[in-house]
Amino acid sequence: MPDNRRDLERRLLDADDVRRALTRIAHEVVERNGGADEVVLVGTHTRGIPLASRIARTIAQIEGREPPLGELDVTMYRDDLDMKMDSPEVTPTSIPVDVAGRDVVLVDDVLYTGRTVRAAMDALNDLGRPNTIQLAVLVDRGHRELPIRADYVGKNLPTARDEEVRVRIREVDGEDSVSLARVGAVEGR
Amino acid sequence: MPLHRKHLLDLDDFSRDEITQVLDTAESMSEILDRPISRVPTLRGKTIVNIFFEASTRTRVSFELAGKYLSADVINVQASGSSVQKGESLVDTLRTIQALGADMVVMRHSKSGAPYLAVEELECSVINAGDGWHAHPSQALLDLFTVRRKLGDLEGKKLVIVGDIIHSRVARSNIWGFTRMGTRVVLCGPATLLPQGFEKMSDANGLVSIELDADKAIDGADMVMALRIQKERMEGGLLPDLREYSALYGVNRKRLANAKPAVIVMHPGPMNQGVEISPEVAYGPNSIIEEQVASGLAIRMSIFYLLAGGR
Repeated sequence: MPDNRRDLERRLLDADDVRRALTRIAHEVVERNGGADEVVLVGTHTRGIPLASRIARTIAQIEGREPPLGELDVTMYRDDLDMKMDSPEVTPTSIPVDVAGRDVVLVDDVLYTGRTVRAAMDALNDLGRPNTIQLAVLVDRGHRELPIRADYVGKNLPTARDEEVRVRIREVDGEDSVSLARVGAVEGR
Repeated sequence: MPLHRKHLLDLDDFSRDEITQVLDTAESMSEILDRPISRVPTLRGKTIVNIFFEASTRTRVSFELAGKYLSADVINVQASGSSVQKGESLVDTLRTIQALGADMVVMRHSKSGAPYLAVEELECSVINAGDGWHAHPSQALLDLFTVRRKLGDLEGKKLVIVGDIIHSRVARSNIWGFTRMGTRVVLCGPATLLPQGFEKMSDANGLVSIELDADKAIDGADMVMALRIQKERMEGGLLPDLREYSALYGVNRKRLANAKPAVIVMHPGPMNQGVEISPEVAYGPNSIIEEQVASGLAIRMSIFYLLAGGR
Protein backbone atom coordinates (compact mmCIF):
# COMPACT_ATOMS: atom_id res chain seq x y z
CA MET A 1 0.00 0.00 0.00
CA PRO A 2 2.64 2.61 0.93
CA ASP A 3 4.57 1.78 -2.25
CA ASN A 4 1.52 2.34 -4.42
CA ARG A 5 0.91 5.63 -2.71
CA ARG A 6 4.48 6.66 -3.29
CA ASP A 7 4.18 5.98 -7.02
CA LEU A 8 1.67 8.79 -7.35
CA GLU A 9 3.89 11.26 -5.50
CA ARG A 10 6.07 14.03 -6.80
CA ARG A 11 9.09 14.48 -4.54
CA LEU A 12 9.85 18.16 -3.98
CA LEU A 13 12.43 18.18 -1.18
CA ASP A 14 14.97 15.52 -0.29
CA ALA A 15 16.96 15.09 2.92
CA ASP A 16 19.58 17.69 1.94
CA ASP A 17 16.89 20.25 1.07
CA VAL A 18 15.20 19.68 4.44
CA ARG A 19 18.52 20.07 6.25
CA ARG A 20 19.35 23.33 4.42
CA ALA A 21 15.87 24.74 5.05
CA LEU A 22 16.10 24.01 8.79
CA THR A 23 19.61 25.48 8.99
CA ARG A 24 18.41 28.65 7.29
CA ILE A 25 15.41 28.89 9.66
CA ALA A 26 17.76 28.53 12.65
CA HIS A 27 19.88 31.44 11.38
CA GLU A 28 16.79 33.55 10.74
CA VAL A 29 15.48 32.91 14.27
CA VAL A 30 18.78 34.06 15.76
CA GLU A 31 18.92 37.11 13.49
CA ARG A 32 15.30 38.17 14.09
CA ASN A 33 15.60 37.86 17.87
CA GLY A 34 19.10 39.36 18.21
CA GLY A 35 20.47 36.09 19.62
CA ALA A 36 18.56 33.26 21.23
CA ASP A 37 18.66 34.07 24.95
CA GLU A 38 14.90 34.54 25.26
CA VAL A 39 13.92 32.07 22.55
CA VAL A 40 11.88 28.97 23.40
CA LEU A 41 11.24 26.45 20.64
CA VAL A 42 7.91 24.66 20.85
CA GLY A 43 7.06 21.82 18.48
CA THR A 44 3.51 20.72 17.82
CA HIS A 45 2.70 17.02 17.73
CA THR A 46 3.80 14.95 15.89
CA ARG A 47 6.37 16.11 13.35
CA GLY A 48 6.85 19.61 14.75
CA ILE A 49 8.70 18.12 17.73
CA PRO A 50 11.71 16.58 15.90
CA LEU A 51 11.86 19.66 13.64
CA ALA A 52 12.00 21.97 16.67
CA SER A 53 14.68 19.78 18.18
CA ARG A 54 16.85 20.03 15.07
CA ILE A 55 16.45 23.80 14.86
CA ALA A 56 17.43 24.01 18.56
CA ARG A 57 20.61 22.00 17.90
CA THR A 58 21.57 24.24 14.98
CA ILE A 59 20.99 27.33 17.12
CA ALA A 60 23.27 25.77 19.75
CA GLN A 61 26.01 25.51 17.10
CA ILE A 62 25.56 29.18 16.19
CA GLU A 63 25.10 30.67 19.65
CA GLY A 64 26.90 28.14 21.84
CA ARG A 65 23.80 27.45 23.92
CA GLU A 66 20.73 25.40 23.11
CA PRO A 67 17.41 27.18 23.63
CA PRO A 68 14.72 25.42 25.75
CA LEU A 69 12.63 22.95 23.79
CA GLY A 70 9.01 22.10 24.49
CA GLU A 71 6.17 20.15 22.99
CA LEU A 72 2.59 21.26 22.64
CA ASP A 73 -0.57 19.25 22.13
CA VAL A 74 -3.33 21.33 20.60
CA THR A 75 -6.03 18.64 20.54
CA MET A 76 -7.91 20.18 23.46
CA TYR A 77 -8.02 23.52 21.62
CA ARG A 78 -9.31 22.33 18.27
CA ASP A 79 -12.56 23.78 16.96
CA ASP A 80 -13.71 20.60 15.23
CA LEU A 81 -14.35 18.27 18.18
CA ASP A 82 -17.98 17.31 17.89
CA MET A 83 -20.37 14.52 18.60
CA LYS A 84 -19.91 12.85 15.24
CA MET A 85 -16.17 12.22 15.37
CA ASP A 86 -14.04 10.08 17.66
CA SER A 87 -12.06 12.22 20.06
CA PRO A 88 -8.47 12.37 18.82
CA GLU A 89 -5.71 11.08 21.05
CA VAL A 90 -4.39 13.62 23.54
CA THR A 91 -0.63 13.71 24.01
CA PRO A 92 1.15 15.52 26.82
CA THR A 93 2.11 19.16 26.69
CA SER A 94 5.46 19.86 28.29
CA ILE A 95 7.41 23.09 28.11
CA PRO A 96 10.37 23.15 30.51
CA VAL A 97 10.32 26.92 31.14
CA ASP A 98 7.73 29.57 31.88
CA VAL A 99 6.77 31.06 28.51
CA ALA A 100 5.84 34.42 30.06
CA GLY A 101 8.05 37.15 28.58
CA ARG A 102 9.85 34.73 26.24
CA ASP A 103 9.98 34.69 22.44
CA VAL A 104 8.21 31.49 21.56
CA VAL A 105 8.87 29.97 18.15
CA LEU A 106 6.14 27.48 17.26
CA VAL A 107 7.41 24.79 14.91
CA ASP A 108 5.14 22.70 12.67
CA ASP A 109 5.65 20.69 9.51
CA VAL A 110 2.93 22.10 7.25
CA LEU A 111 1.02 25.40 7.35
CA TYR A 112 -2.33 24.93 5.62
CA THR A 113 -5.67 26.32 6.89
CA GLY A 114 -4.04 27.94 9.92
CA ARG A 115 -6.46 26.28 12.32
CA THR A 116 -3.80 24.23 14.10
CA VAL A 117 -1.72 27.39 14.59
CA ARG A 118 -4.77 29.21 15.95
CA ALA A 119 -5.29 26.35 18.43
CA ALA A 120 -1.58 26.38 19.33
CA MET A 121 -1.67 30.12 20.06
CA ASP A 122 -4.67 29.65 22.33
CA ALA A 123 -2.90 26.79 24.11
CA LEU A 124 0.26 28.90 24.60
CA ASN A 125 -1.69 31.84 25.95
CA ASP A 126 -3.19 29.59 28.60
CA LEU A 127 0.33 28.73 29.77
CA GLY A 128 1.45 32.34 30.14
CA ARG A 129 1.90 35.55 28.19
CA PRO A 130 4.84 35.23 25.81
CA ASN A 131 6.63 38.38 24.64
CA THR A 132 6.15 37.22 21.05
CA ILE A 133 4.83 34.13 19.33
CA GLN A 134 6.56 33.36 16.02
CA LEU A 135 5.81 30.60 13.58
CA ALA A 136 8.28 28.37 11.74
CA VAL A 137 7.06 25.79 9.22
CA LEU A 138 8.85 23.44 6.89
CA VAL A 139 6.20 23.87 4.18
CA ASP A 140 3.62 26.59 3.55
CA ARG A 141 1.07 25.16 1.15
CA GLY A 142 -1.40 28.09 1.14
CA HIS A 143 -5.23 27.95 1.41
CA ARG A 144 -5.44 29.81 4.70
CA GLU A 145 -8.84 30.03 6.39
CA LEU A 146 -7.61 32.41 9.09
CA PRO A 147 -5.47 35.59 9.03
CA ILE A 148 -2.25 33.76 9.95
CA ARG A 149 1.18 33.78 8.29
CA ALA A 150 4.50 32.13 9.06
CA ASP A 151 7.60 34.07 10.16
CA TYR A 152 9.98 31.39 8.91
CA VAL A 153 9.21 29.15 5.92
CA GLY A 154 11.33 26.27 4.68
CA LYS A 155 9.57 26.07 1.32
CA ASN A 156 6.55 27.81 -0.18
CA LEU A 157 4.58 25.21 -2.07
CA PRO A 158 1.70 26.25 -4.31
CA THR A 159 -0.85 23.42 -4.08
CA ALA A 160 -4.39 22.59 -5.06
CA ARG A 161 -6.85 21.66 -2.34
CA ASP A 162 -7.18 18.13 -3.67
CA GLU A 163 -3.44 17.59 -3.37
CA GLU A 164 -1.83 16.20 -0.26
CA VAL A 165 1.50 17.37 1.10
CA ARG A 166 3.36 14.41 2.61
CA VAL A 167 6.13 15.38 4.99
CA ARG A 168 8.37 12.57 6.20
CA ILE A 169 10.72 13.18 9.08
CA ARG A 170 13.48 10.73 9.96
CA GLU A 171 12.58 10.47 13.68
CA VAL A 172 8.96 9.59 12.82
CA ASP A 173 8.95 8.16 9.30
CA GLY A 174 12.51 6.93 8.79
CA GLU A 175 13.49 9.48 6.12
CA ASP A 176 13.46 13.21 5.42
CA SER A 177 11.40 14.28 2.43
CA VAL A 178 8.50 16.40 1.23
CA SER A 179 6.24 15.16 -1.56
CA LEU A 180 3.06 16.21 -3.24
CA ALA A 181 0.36 13.71 -4.15
CA ARG A 182 -3.01 14.00 -5.81
CA VAL A 183 -5.61 12.27 -3.67
CA GLY A 184 -8.84 13.08 -5.46
CA ALA A 185 -11.64 14.16 -3.17
CA VAL A 186 -9.79 13.35 0.05
CA GLU A 187 -9.14 16.48 2.07
CA GLY A 188 -5.69 16.65 3.70
CA ARG A 189 -5.15 18.72 6.77
CA MET B 1 -6.69 4.53 19.14
CA PRO B 2 -10.05 6.24 19.62
CA LEU B 3 -12.61 5.08 22.17
CA HIS B 4 -15.75 4.16 20.24
CA ARG B 5 -18.16 4.75 23.06
CA LYS B 6 -20.96 7.11 23.79
CA HIS B 7 -21.81 5.97 27.31
CA LEU B 8 -19.98 4.87 30.43
CA LEU B 9 -22.19 2.43 32.33
CA ASP B 10 -19.76 -0.11 33.79
CA LEU B 11 -16.34 -1.59 33.08
CA ASP B 12 -17.68 -5.12 32.47
CA ASP B 13 -17.36 -4.74 28.68
CA PHE B 14 -14.17 -2.65 28.63
CA SER B 15 -11.04 -4.14 27.06
CA ARG B 16 -7.59 -3.63 28.52
CA ASP B 17 -6.76 -1.27 25.65
CA GLU B 18 -9.82 0.85 26.31
CA ILE B 19 -9.04 1.15 30.03
CA THR B 20 -5.45 2.03 29.16
CA GLN B 21 -6.64 4.76 26.83
CA VAL B 22 -8.82 6.36 29.51
CA LEU B 23 -5.87 6.27 31.93
CA ASP B 24 -3.38 7.65 29.37
CA THR B 25 -5.74 10.50 28.49
CA ALA B 26 -6.11 11.23 32.21
CA GLU B 27 -2.32 11.67 32.39
CA SER B 28 -2.59 14.49 29.85
CA MET B 29 -5.47 15.95 31.83
CA SER B 30 -3.40 16.02 35.02
CA GLU B 31 -0.87 18.21 33.22
CA ILE B 32 -3.72 20.69 32.66
CA LEU B 33 -4.62 20.45 36.36
CA ASP B 34 -1.03 21.39 37.28
CA ARG B 35 -1.28 24.69 35.40
CA PRO B 36 -1.92 27.96 37.21
CA ILE B 37 -5.17 28.30 35.27
CA SER B 38 -6.67 24.86 34.79
CA ARG B 39 -9.05 25.47 31.97
CA VAL B 40 -9.13 24.39 28.34
CA PRO B 41 -11.85 25.27 25.83
CA THR B 42 -12.44 21.70 24.61
CA LEU B 43 -16.12 21.26 25.53
CA ARG B 44 -17.19 24.88 25.05
CA GLY B 45 -20.86 25.03 24.14
CA LYS B 46 -21.60 21.55 25.50
CA THR B 47 -24.00 21.10 28.39
CA ILE B 48 -23.45 18.50 31.08
CA VAL B 49 -26.25 17.75 33.52
CA ASN B 50 -25.40 16.11 36.84
CA ILE B 51 -28.48 14.42 38.17
CA PHE B 52 -28.05 12.82 41.57
CA PHE B 53 -30.97 10.91 43.03
CA GLU B 54 -28.73 9.91 45.94
CA ALA B 55 -26.45 11.91 48.23
CA SER B 56 -22.89 12.54 47.08
CA THR B 57 -20.26 15.15 47.70
CA ARG B 58 -16.98 14.11 46.17
CA THR B 59 -18.31 12.40 43.07
CA ARG B 60 -20.71 15.20 42.21
CA VAL B 61 -18.18 17.98 42.85
CA SER B 62 -15.53 16.05 40.96
CA PHE B 63 -17.74 15.63 37.87
CA GLU B 64 -18.82 19.27 38.13
CA LEU B 65 -15.26 20.63 38.30
CA ALA B 66 -14.06 18.27 35.56
CA GLY B 67 -16.75 19.62 33.25
CA LYS B 68 -15.91 23.21 34.15
CA TYR B 69 -12.18 22.69 33.55
CA LEU B 70 -13.12 21.59 30.02
CA SER B 71 -15.32 24.71 29.62
CA ALA B 72 -18.63 22.84 29.45
CA ASP B 73 -21.75 24.32 31.03
CA VAL B 74 -22.50 22.14 34.05
CA ILE B 75 -25.90 22.05 35.69
CA ASN B 76 -26.61 20.18 38.91
CA VAL B 77 -30.01 18.68 39.54
CA GLN B 78 -30.69 17.21 42.94
CA ALA B 79 -33.62 14.92 43.47
CA SER B 80 -34.68 16.77 46.58
CA GLY B 81 -36.03 20.12 45.46
CA SER B 82 -36.71 18.91 41.92
CA SER B 83 -39.89 17.69 40.33
CA VAL B 84 -38.86 14.16 41.39
CA GLN B 85 -40.13 15.08 44.82
CA LYS B 86 -43.46 16.01 43.28
CA GLY B 87 -43.77 12.46 42.02
CA GLU B 88 -42.40 12.75 38.47
CA SER B 89 -41.18 9.42 37.13
CA LEU B 90 -37.51 8.83 36.35
CA VAL B 91 -38.20 8.57 32.63
CA ASP B 92 -40.14 11.84 32.53
CA THR B 93 -37.40 13.62 34.47
CA LEU B 94 -34.81 12.32 32.01
CA ARG B 95 -36.89 13.40 29.01
CA THR B 96 -37.21 16.88 30.47
CA ILE B 97 -33.44 17.13 30.89
CA GLN B 98 -32.94 16.02 27.31
CA ALA B 99 -35.48 18.57 26.05
CA LEU B 100 -33.46 21.27 27.82
CA GLY B 101 -30.50 20.40 25.58
CA ALA B 102 -28.11 18.25 27.61
CA ASP B 103 -25.21 16.72 25.68
CA MET B 104 -24.17 14.45 28.54
CA VAL B 105 -25.97 13.28 31.63
CA VAL B 106 -24.08 12.17 34.72
CA MET B 107 -26.42 10.11 36.83
CA ARG B 108 -26.47 8.56 40.27
CA HIS B 109 -29.43 6.49 41.38
CA SER B 110 -30.18 4.14 44.28
CA LYS B 111 -31.64 1.53 41.93
CA SER B 112 -29.23 -0.80 40.14
CA GLY B 113 -29.66 -0.47 36.39
CA ALA B 114 -31.24 3.00 36.36
CA PRO B 115 -28.62 4.43 33.93
CA TYR B 116 -29.33 1.55 31.53
CA LEU B 117 -32.95 2.73 31.43
CA ALA B 118 -31.67 6.27 30.83
CA VAL B 119 -29.70 5.10 27.78
CA GLU B 120 -32.90 3.69 26.28
CA GLU B 121 -34.71 6.98 26.73
CA LEU B 122 -32.02 9.55 25.91
CA GLU B 123 -30.14 10.55 22.76
CA CYS B 124 -27.24 12.06 24.71
CA SER B 125 -24.28 10.40 26.46
CA VAL B 126 -24.99 8.81 29.84
CA ILE B 127 -22.33 8.44 32.51
CA ASN B 128 -23.07 6.20 35.46
CA ALA B 129 -21.95 7.93 38.67
CA GLY B 130 -23.14 4.98 40.77
CA ASP B 131 -26.26 2.85 40.52
CA GLY B 132 -27.46 0.91 43.55
CA TRP B 133 -25.15 -2.00 44.37
CA HIS B 134 -24.25 -2.43 40.74
CA ALA B 135 -21.50 -0.22 39.32
CA HIS B 136 -19.40 2.91 39.85
CA PRO B 137 -17.08 2.90 36.83
CA SER B 138 -15.50 6.35 37.25
CA GLN B 139 -14.42 5.37 40.79
CA ALA B 140 -12.83 2.16 39.51
CA LEU B 141 -11.03 4.06 36.72
CA LEU B 142 -9.64 6.60 39.16
CA ASP B 143 -8.50 3.79 41.46
CA LEU B 144 -6.74 2.14 38.52
CA PHE B 145 -5.20 5.47 37.51
CA THR B 146 -3.90 6.22 41.01
CA VAL B 147 -2.32 2.81 41.55
CA ARG B 148 -0.88 2.63 38.04
CA ARG B 149 1.05 5.80 38.81
CA LYS B 150 2.59 4.05 41.82
CA LEU B 151 3.02 0.49 40.57
CA GLY B 152 3.22 0.79 36.80
CA ASP B 153 2.01 -2.44 35.19
CA LEU B 154 -0.81 -4.01 37.22
CA GLU B 155 -0.43 -7.48 35.67
CA GLY B 156 0.18 -10.13 38.33
CA LYS B 157 -0.26 -7.73 41.24
CA LYS B 158 -2.53 -8.58 44.17
CA LEU B 159 -5.44 -6.40 45.29
CA VAL B 160 -7.41 -7.15 48.46
CA ILE B 161 -10.84 -5.56 48.84
CA VAL B 162 -11.95 -5.70 52.47
CA GLY B 163 -15.42 -5.05 53.79
CA ASP B 164 -19.01 -4.98 52.67
CA ILE B 165 -18.50 -6.44 49.20
CA ILE B 166 -22.09 -7.48 48.64
CA HIS B 167 -23.53 -3.96 48.82
CA SER B 168 -20.59 -2.29 47.07
CA ARG B 169 -20.80 -0.94 43.53
CA VAL B 170 -17.20 0.24 43.98
CA ALA B 171 -16.08 -3.35 44.57
CA ARG B 172 -17.98 -4.66 41.54
CA SER B 173 -16.58 -2.12 39.08
CA ASN B 174 -13.09 -2.53 40.51
CA ILE B 175 -13.29 -6.31 40.10
CA TRP B 176 -13.99 -5.82 36.38
CA GLY B 177 -11.35 -3.13 35.97
CA PHE B 178 -8.50 -4.77 37.87
CA THR B 179 -9.03 -8.29 36.52
CA ARG B 180 -9.05 -6.86 32.99
CA MET B 181 -5.60 -5.43 33.72
CA GLY B 182 -4.42 -8.87 34.90
CA THR B 183 -4.52 -8.13 38.66
CA ARG B 184 -5.50 -10.87 41.14
CA VAL B 185 -8.40 -9.70 43.30
CA VAL B 186 -9.07 -11.17 46.74
CA LEU B 187 -12.44 -10.33 48.30
CA CYS B 188 -12.45 -10.37 52.09
CA GLY B 189 -15.12 -9.77 54.72
CA PRO B 190 -17.65 -11.44 57.01
CA ALA B 191 -19.54 -14.22 55.24
CA THR B 192 -22.79 -12.24 55.50
CA LEU B 193 -21.27 -9.43 53.41
CA LEU B 194 -19.51 -11.58 50.81
CA PRO B 195 -21.35 -12.54 47.65
CA GLN B 196 -21.22 -16.26 47.02
CA GLY B 197 -20.08 -17.19 43.55
CA PHE B 198 -18.04 -14.06 42.78
CA GLU B 199 -14.94 -16.23 42.45
CA LYS B 200 -16.70 -17.85 39.50
CA MET B 201 -17.41 -14.54 37.78
CA SER B 202 -17.22 -15.11 34.08
CA ASP B 203 -14.72 -12.95 32.16
CA ALA B 204 -12.65 -12.47 35.29
CA ASN B 205 -10.22 -15.18 34.05
CA GLY B 206 -10.16 -16.96 37.39
CA LEU B 207 -8.41 -13.98 38.96
CA VAL B 208 -11.01 -13.49 41.72
CA SER B 209 -10.91 -15.40 45.00
CA ILE B 210 -12.64 -15.15 48.38
CA GLU B 211 -10.95 -15.25 51.78
CA LEU B 212 -12.78 -14.86 55.11
CA ASP B 213 -9.63 -14.33 57.19
CA ALA B 214 -8.31 -10.79 56.77
CA ASP B 215 -4.76 -11.60 57.86
CA LYS B 216 -4.52 -14.40 55.30
CA ALA B 217 -6.10 -12.22 52.61
CA ILE B 218 -3.67 -9.32 53.12
CA ASP B 219 -0.62 -11.60 53.13
CA GLY B 220 1.69 -10.40 50.31
CA ALA B 221 -0.79 -7.82 48.99
CA ASP B 222 0.34 -4.99 46.70
CA MET B 223 -2.88 -3.03 47.27
CA VAL B 224 -5.51 -3.03 50.01
CA MET B 225 -8.84 -1.32 49.51
CA ALA B 226 -11.05 -0.79 52.57
CA LEU B 227 -14.74 -0.27 51.91
CA ARG B 228 -17.12 1.81 53.96
CA ILE B 229 -19.20 -0.08 56.52
CA GLN B 230 -22.69 1.32 56.68
CA LYS B 231 -24.24 1.30 60.12
CA GLU B 232 -27.62 0.25 58.76
CA ARG B 233 -26.08 -3.13 57.90
CA MET B 234 -25.95 -3.77 61.63
CA GLU B 235 -29.62 -3.01 62.03
CA GLY B 236 -30.33 -5.50 59.25
CA GLY B 237 -28.55 -8.17 61.31
CA LEU B 238 -25.68 -8.68 58.84
CA LEU B 239 -23.08 -7.40 61.31
CA PRO B 240 -23.19 -8.11 65.03
CA ASP B 241 -21.08 -5.24 66.26
CA LEU B 242 -18.81 -2.53 64.81
CA ARG B 243 -16.09 -3.18 67.36
CA GLU B 244 -15.98 -6.82 66.46
CA TYR B 245 -15.89 -5.93 62.77
CA SER B 246 -13.02 -3.55 63.39
CA ALA B 247 -11.07 -6.19 65.32
CA LEU B 248 -11.54 -8.84 62.60
CA TYR B 249 -11.51 -6.79 59.39
CA GLY B 250 -10.30 -3.26 60.17
CA VAL B 251 -7.29 -2.23 58.07
CA ASN B 252 -4.74 -1.23 60.70
CA ARG B 253 -0.97 -1.08 60.96
CA LYS B 254 -0.60 -4.50 62.56
CA ARG B 255 -2.63 -6.20 59.84
CA LEU B 256 -0.79 -4.35 57.06
CA ALA B 257 2.51 -5.75 58.31
CA ASN B 258 1.61 -8.94 56.40
CA ALA B 259 1.37 -7.08 53.11
CA LYS B 260 4.28 -6.02 50.88
CA PRO B 261 6.31 -3.19 52.50
CA ALA B 262 5.25 -0.71 49.80
CA VAL B 263 1.58 -1.75 49.97
CA ILE B 264 -0.87 0.86 48.72
CA VAL B 265 -3.94 1.59 50.84
CA MET B 266 -7.11 2.89 49.22
CA HIS B 267 -10.57 3.88 50.39
CA PRO B 268 -13.32 5.23 48.14
CA GLY B 269 -14.63 7.46 50.92
CA PRO B 270 -16.31 8.64 53.00
CA MET B 271 -14.36 6.84 55.74
CA ASN B 272 -15.50 5.58 59.14
CA GLN B 273 -12.16 5.98 60.84
CA GLY B 274 -11.58 3.45 63.56
CA VAL B 275 -14.04 1.02 61.96
CA GLU B 276 -12.93 -0.23 58.54
CA ILE B 277 -9.65 1.71 58.57
CA SER B 278 -7.52 3.09 61.39
CA PRO B 279 -6.56 6.78 61.25
CA GLU B 280 -2.83 5.96 61.39
CA VAL B 281 -3.23 3.93 58.18
CA ALA B 282 -5.65 6.37 56.50
CA TYR B 283 -3.14 9.21 56.91
CA GLY B 284 0.00 7.08 56.90
CA PRO B 285 2.74 6.82 54.27
CA ASN B 286 1.08 3.95 52.39
CA SER B 287 -2.24 5.73 51.98
CA ILE B 288 -3.18 7.21 48.61
CA ILE B 289 -6.66 8.24 49.75
CA GLU B 290 -6.07 11.95 49.14
CA GLU B 291 -4.48 11.25 45.75
CA GLN B 292 -7.58 9.24 44.84
CA VAL B 293 -9.66 12.39 45.19
CA ALA B 294 -7.25 14.41 43.03
CA SER B 295 -7.08 11.63 40.42
CA GLY B 296 -10.86 11.70 40.22
CA LEU B 297 -10.72 15.06 38.46
CA ALA B 298 -8.26 13.93 35.79
CA ILE B 299 -10.18 10.70 35.17
CA ARG B 300 -13.52 12.47 34.85
CA MET B 301 -12.03 15.03 32.44
CA SER B 302 -10.71 12.09 30.42
CA ILE B 303 -14.14 10.42 30.43
CA PHE B 304 -15.92 13.59 29.28
CA TYR B 305 -13.35 14.21 26.57
CA LEU B 306 -13.39 10.69 25.18
CA LEU B 307 -17.18 10.30 25.26
CA ALA B 308 -17.71 13.70 23.60
CA GLY B 309 -16.38 12.18 20.40
CA GLY B 310 -18.20 8.86 20.83
CA ARG B 311 -21.03 7.59 18.70
